[in-house]
Amino acid sequence: MFGYILRRLAVAIPTLLLLIVFSFLLMHAAPGGPFTQERALPPQVLANLEAKYGLDDPLWRQIFDYVWRIVTDFDFGPSFVYPDRTVNQIIAAGFPVTLTYGLLSFLLAVLVGVTLGAAAAIRQNSWLDYLAVGISIGAQVLPNFVMAPILVLVFTLILGWLPGGGWSFSDPSFWIMPVIALGTSYMASIARITRSSMLEVLGSNHIRTARAKGLPPRKIIMRHALKPALLPVISFLGPCFVSMITGSVVIDMYFSTGGIGKSFVDSALNRDYAVMMGITILVGALTILFSLLVDILYAWIDPKIRY
Amino acid sequence: MALLDIKDLNVTFATNDGEVHAVNGINLSLERGETLGIVGESGSGKSQLAFAVMGLLARNGRATGSVSFDGQQILNAPLKTLNRIRAEHIAMIFQDPMTSLNPYMRVSDQMAESLMLHHGLSKSAAVADAIRMLDAVRIPDAAGRARLYPHEFSGGMRQRVMIAMALLCQPEVLIADEPTTALDVTVQAQIMALLAELQAELGMAMILITHDLGVVAGSCERVAVMYGGRIREEGPTGPIFADPTHPYTKGLLAAIPRVDQKGDRLSAIPGSPPNMSNPPPGCAFCPRCDFALECCATERPVLTGFAPGRTRSCHVAIDTVRAGIPDTEQETAP
Amino acid sequence: MTMIEHDKIKGMSDRMAAAEVRGRSPWADARRRFLRNRAAMVALFVLAGVILFALFGSHFAAWSYDSIDFSVMGSAATQGAPSMANGHYFGTDDLGRDIFARTVQGTQISLMVGIVGAGVAVIVGTLYGATSGYVGGRTDQVMMRLVDILMSIPYMFVLILLLVIFGRRIEMLFLGIGLISWLEMSRIVRGQTLTLKNREFIEAARAIGVPSWRIIIRHIVPNLLGVVAVYATLLVPLMILTESFISFLGLGVQEPLTSWGALISEGAGTMRYGTIWQLAFPLGFFCVTLFAFFFIGDGLRDALDPKDR
Repeated sequence: MFGYILRRLAVAIPTLLLLIVFSFLLMHAAPGGPFTQERALPPQVLANLEAKYGLDDPLWRQIFDYVWRIVTDFDFGPSFVYPDRTVNQIIAAGFPVTLTYGLLSFLLAVLVGVTLGAAAAIRQNSWLDYLAVGISIGAQVLPNFVMAPILVLVFTLILGWLPGGGWSFSDPSFWIMPVIALGTSYMASIARITRSSMLEVLGSNHIRTARAKGLPPRKIIMRHALKPALLPVISFLGPCFVSMITGSVVIDMYFSTGGIGKSFVDSALNRDYAVMMGITILVGALTILFSLLVDILYAWIDPKIRY
Repeated sequence: MALLDIKDLNVTFATNDGEVHAVNGINLSLERGETLGIVGESGSGKSQLAFAVMGLLARNGRATGSVSFDGQQILNAPLKTLNRIRAEHIAMIFQDPMTSLNPYMRVSDQMAESLMLHHGLSKSAAVADAIRMLDAVRIPDAAGRARLYPHEFSGGMRQRVMIAMALLCQPEVLIADEPTTALDVTVQAQIMALLAELQAELGMAMILITHDLGVVAGSCERVAVMYGGRIREEGPTGPIFADPTHPYTKGLLAAIPRVDQKGDRLSAIPGSPPNMSNPPPGCAFCPRCDFALECCATERPVLTGFAPGRTRSCHVAIDTVRAGIPDTEQETAP
Repeated sequence: MTMIEHDKIKGMSDRMAAAEVRGRSPWADARRRFLRNRAAMVALFVLAGVILFALFGSHFAAWSYDSIDFSVMGSAATQGAPSMANGHYFGTDDLGRDIFARTVQGTQISLMVGIVGAGVAVIVGTLYGATSGYVGGRTDQVMMRLVDILMSIPYMFVLILLLVIFGRRIEMLFLGIGLISWLEMSRIVRGQTLTLKNREFIEAARAIGVPSWRIIIRHIVPNLLGVVAVYATLLVPLMILTESFISFLGLGVQEPLTSWGALISEGAGTMRYGTIWQLAFPLGFFCVTLFAFFFIGDGLRDALDPKDR
């Protein structure tokens, strides 16, 4: 198991470095550079600025310094547009918000999705099954940016129950719509995956063996069917996670929740490369870490790929 | 009273192409300690017969008729009743040991499970029993291997694990559904020998389901030959092998390769098993039968006794089958 | 974004590779099966309708997509509602622009992004996967490891970075969306190529001296076609979703051009002033089209999958 984790790490770390170098090169290749503005700066000012940000160093040196600061101090440097703020400060302001509703959405998607999917498979062709299938088909065309306005239309404009935007750590009524808007389509995907894999597992030979042993249905499901039925769900969690982080950008924009997604779009519109890169790398690191966790979980469940 | 009594058992499956009649009006009984062989090609309904007895039919399957174990009705019985019988009184081993064990559980845990459930043993006592049983089915280093997962065993070893698991609760009846089909020939013989030995030791009755007449000859006291979901011929093993009275049985016996056989071709039964979603109105074997009479295509033969302990269902006269020359040929022959 | 169920496509691809051994053409009765699939047939007609709308809708529009109707400008909530009389069949936005014409325009862009993006992804994925699988050995290992690495990168962020750096040109958007979606495709194609390559009948063909290109054309390509067709159909809605996502953020197509995502974004922003039609029409087209593609894709998969036959 330990060797397996080491091997996965041996892939994860170069991946992250690759991502950093790639985005750095992209930024470097950007026509005009970060200080090109509508009104050209005086050459002396530009030179000073470039010296300040180390842009006059050779490229390899810049990359090395950038990576080194990230690795040693977790420092992404200053923002290019707001020189008085560092990328770290900008991320620190938004990240807790993103993390809060992101994790809640993820839990909602996994718990509700798995429960719904498994229940649908166990009671195949019951109303519950039809409901689950209906939801999962319908939610295919309800991505977060469609869910968000629909939720606001219903719960804010028509019913007036929930605030249509903003964020407060102390008032969960601000959390509800972001969590639902972000989580619904993944919940539906997970329900669909769980249902079909559970159906397949329930028809498999080893479940018949378990039935022949006289085990009650609950035990059969919990001890024999759930693990294998969850394997496809687990391999879905990686892409699901990436996609949810991406979706958080929409949530931040639409609900004005103030997460890192908002900073990302703002910096994209302002061409604030330092912030964009910082967020991209952070998200990349999270993604890679998460897929590592998923792989370990998978290996823990499936004894065949343990080593 | 027989230990296991099957009366007028029918099994049907609802499929997209209509109802499939897998088993039709089967009557069978099994005494304590007896070994009954059920023989037939794939698709003859023999496995579904066993699944129906155990209440293990697929979701779309439905069984009617009666199956009683020790006087208690178990066909379509409530799950609670069935679960008390399963493993504890009637155990089953399956055709494919590769997929019939749970790949995600240690062998010891899978085995211990039924003992904990039926005999209320603690986990450690159950595991100890499981290891003892693994030892009894000749798995070397049983204690060490019990901690492994099924994929770490070979096919033959997995089938031994299946057998050990089935015998743990010391059932009165063991249903073995093609226990050796998925295995190598040398391993087949070992497994059959092991089964026979354990059966004698534990004094249990066994239903052996197979398509291999050779397996039946070596281990069964009585044989029922199935075709198209019905019993075609039934009786003690010796007489049936010596004197088959049904064209199908005769065909099966002729298809066994023999060392002492002269000639270079094996005889095979021409054609393939009937489509059970649309069974022919008469005898299902009629299209493939050398002896078929006119009435065979339209009238279904009835299973009738003709000698002590022996029954057959065929329109063709016994002597004609025994002689091996169809009436039609006799007529055309000068 | 909603995901394609790769497991199912993988299973289909495996079974198709197996069916090829029995010498059965995957297209032989697939068409009949597809025609019998009612949901897929309805979806096909709906999709045809949407495409006709995109192609010829502008002929029926009373206004062009970028012209402004000054009589309703600034008072869309009261006077911009859908009306047959003034030619704004779907109503107007707050600038007085005709939603019908803009929806036609948005449909064109969105469908185009979907098709071009899926095309790029399928071509790159197929070539990459087939090469990797057919060449095999170390090359294969390196190529697939690269795919593994690329898979754990949050593409949307990189794509937005790309768009910002190289300018939000529409070709860039088309290409970029396609280029981030070929990875799974390449894996599936590679797997199938690998299976096929090792089949007896291919080895037999090689043994009797059939040239490689003939083997590829006669045996490998027809087998890949089914998977590619299904995958492409399911990718189109995914591409549309991706583009809509980016346009929703205001980072996609630029005014006066528009797309479903941009229209939904505008509609979602203004619906609190009562102009619900601004959201409803683009959203309706968006949902209906995605549904249509998903059903057609599923129908194709069911028709081509040799399972249970």
